[in-house]
Amino acid sequence: MIALLMRDLRLAVRAGGGFGLGLAFFLIVTVLVPLGVGPETALLSKIAPGILWIGALLACLLSLDRIFALDFEDGSIDLLATAPLPMEGIVTVKALAHWLTTGLPLVLAAPALGVLLSLPQGGYFWIVVSLLVGTPALSVIGTFGAALTVGLKRGGLLMSLLVLPLYVPTLVFGAEVARRGGEGLVVQTPLLMLAGISCGAVALLPFASAAVLRINLR
Amino acid sequence: MSIWEYANPVKFIKTTDRMMPYLAVGAVVCLVSGLVWGFFFTPDDYRQGSTVKIIYLHVPAALMAINAWMMMLVASLVWIVRRHHVSALAARAAAPIGAVMTLIALATGAIWGQPMWGTWWVWDPRLTSFLILFLFYLGYMALWEAIENDDTAADLTSILCLVGSVFAVLSRYAVLFWNQGLHQGASLSLDKEEHVADVFSSPLYVCIAGFVLLFIALVFLRTQTEIRARRARALIARERLA
Amino acid sequence: MDLQVTDLAVARGGVPVLEGLNFSVADGRALVLRGPNGSGKTTLLRTIAGLQPALEGEVIGAGERIAYAAHADGLKTALTVTENLTFWAKVFGNSDISAALTGFDLLDLADRPAGSLSAGQKRRLGLARLMVTGRPVWVLDEPTVSLDAASVALFAEAVRAHLQAGGSALMATHIDLGLDEADTFDVTPCRAKPRVSALDEAFL
Repeated sequence: MIALLMRDLRLAVRAGGGFGLGLAFFLIVTVLVPLGVGPETALLSKIAPGILWIGALLACLLSLDRIFALDFEDGSIDLLATAPLPMEGIVTVKALAHWLTTGLPLVLAAPALGVLLSLPQGGYFWIVVSLLVGTPALSVIGTFGAALTVGLKRGGLLMSLLVLPLYVPTLVFGAEVARRGGEGLVVQTPLLMLAGISCGAVALLPFASAAVLRINLR
Repeated sequence: MSIWEYANPVKFIKTTDRMMPYLAVGAVVCLVSGLVWGFFFTPDDYRQGSTVKIIYLHVPAALMAINAWMMMLVASLVWIVRRHHVSALAARAAAPIGAVMTLIALATGAIWGQPMWGTWWVWDPRLTSFLILFLFYLGYMALWEAIENDDTAADLTSILCLVGSVFAVLSRYAVLFWNQGLHQGASLSLDKEEHVADVFSSPLYVCIAGFVLLFIALVFLRTQTEIRARRARALIARERLA
Repeated sequence: MDLQVTDLAVARGGVPVLEGLNFSVADGRALVLRGPNGSGKTTLLRTIAGLQPALEGEVIGAGERIAYAAHADGLKTALTVTENLTFWAKVFGNSDISAALTGFDLLDLADRPAGSLSAGQKRRLGLARLMVTGRPVWVLDEPTVSLDAASVALFAEAVRAHLQAGGSALMATHIDLGLDEADTFDVTPCRAKPRVSALDEAFL
């Protein structure tokens, strides 16, 4: 399983797309929003946590179809399925690789982009914390969506339709942590809920993803 | 004699055909009498005026929007555990009905909200949850449409329905946390304080019964259609072989 | 332990394609499946590899003993030959890839990215993967596609060595590899009578 993780990471670095595209997309979203809503600092700093969360979520979504599509095209998935790895392990590793190549860079880039949106002083810490706790859930939920649509031609749009409603609770609690943190309010409740969603998703969803992937390989 | 006997497509069609007239008549009688009673023979609310009467469409539709998803969840579980084709098709048949119920609830809510709250739409937790529920219905239906092999589609949509149910509940609590909302409390409740007055609730019960009967009749009808479509395809396949 | 197939029926997209299959492959033996295109050889091999459920019957001695090679080689074009092989070796809990590299004449290509290889070279790399799995039963689907005569000879040699080491092989191929240990099994008589798919049957 470590070999699979290392291979996926190496592929992401070498093929370039993994890190670069997601981050660039995140940057573009944060640039476009002020262009759309106007440059007033007060307004921007009020909506900054939400924009950063939406941007991170969309950047995550954008890279989901790469999780299984490439392995499906070149036949690796079939071969992995006959290897001595449990399917649940494979999807977990895939989600972890996606988080390391997409989620983690987004977390690290968020403070820098926060500057562009004049994020309030206290918000930097909490946007990083909320993304750090929340993005694993995004990756795991996304892996489920990617597994659902793996064999489909033009599955990308369908996958967005399936995954985005599932992202709602994570987004709500994540953005709430960042917002309250920025305003200096107590963040304990949403932070615990966010952590709960992440833990629950990481613990349970791989079983659903593996079942779905097995059905799709049939 | 077991309930699973009705999982046989032919038996299902026969039985539901016998039940259909009663369901249809019951639905029409309940809906017409409930709505007429509600619209013309209840007093206007002292605060809300006559706008309150949209409750006779709004509440039953909202109730059925959730119950339809519940029914799909049960049908999906039955498909996963017992692999009865009728069950998968019934879940598939219920989805558009549930989606339409959600839309009715949203639309009547907007029409009611306009005079009451002065706006067509607020990001109230209940409204938001229903919008999200509608998105779940859309995704579920889109997945059914996208997959060619019927058994694969049934398997995948069942799992999506299971996972979706968990996340739908989570979303409900998330939006409740996110915004406490303008929406009034539950219209029907065991708690006397919250409950709407009896003079309003009696016709409401009749309307709800009408919506339930209507929903059952529509699900039976659509499931029959799905079964017949599959049967037609099977017959064509057999003809081609002969 | 032999690979044994009893009364197996396999289906493609719910439609039965082969039924009543009975054969076994003893250790040290190879079995070559023959049959026209579309007769269901690939479906049979996928079923034996455990990728799809059998319609009826059973397969004994497969599961964790199988190394499966499909039409697609599962190569990552951005990784070098060595990296590709090392990855699969690690997945199967092994580490030594030198035998596989020599066996399929890949030593000179070891540091080339798999994307720059020709079709035949890629195929050789895909087959070399079998040697690093350390699994006793090779299940091969058209292994010789796009291989030249010299490469086919290399492959035959590798299979022979595998059989002599006590392994066995089940393959679908149209080329005669000149293996003394190989029997052939024609799937044509086992073709399923045309009937509607199992999916639709419930509705008739």
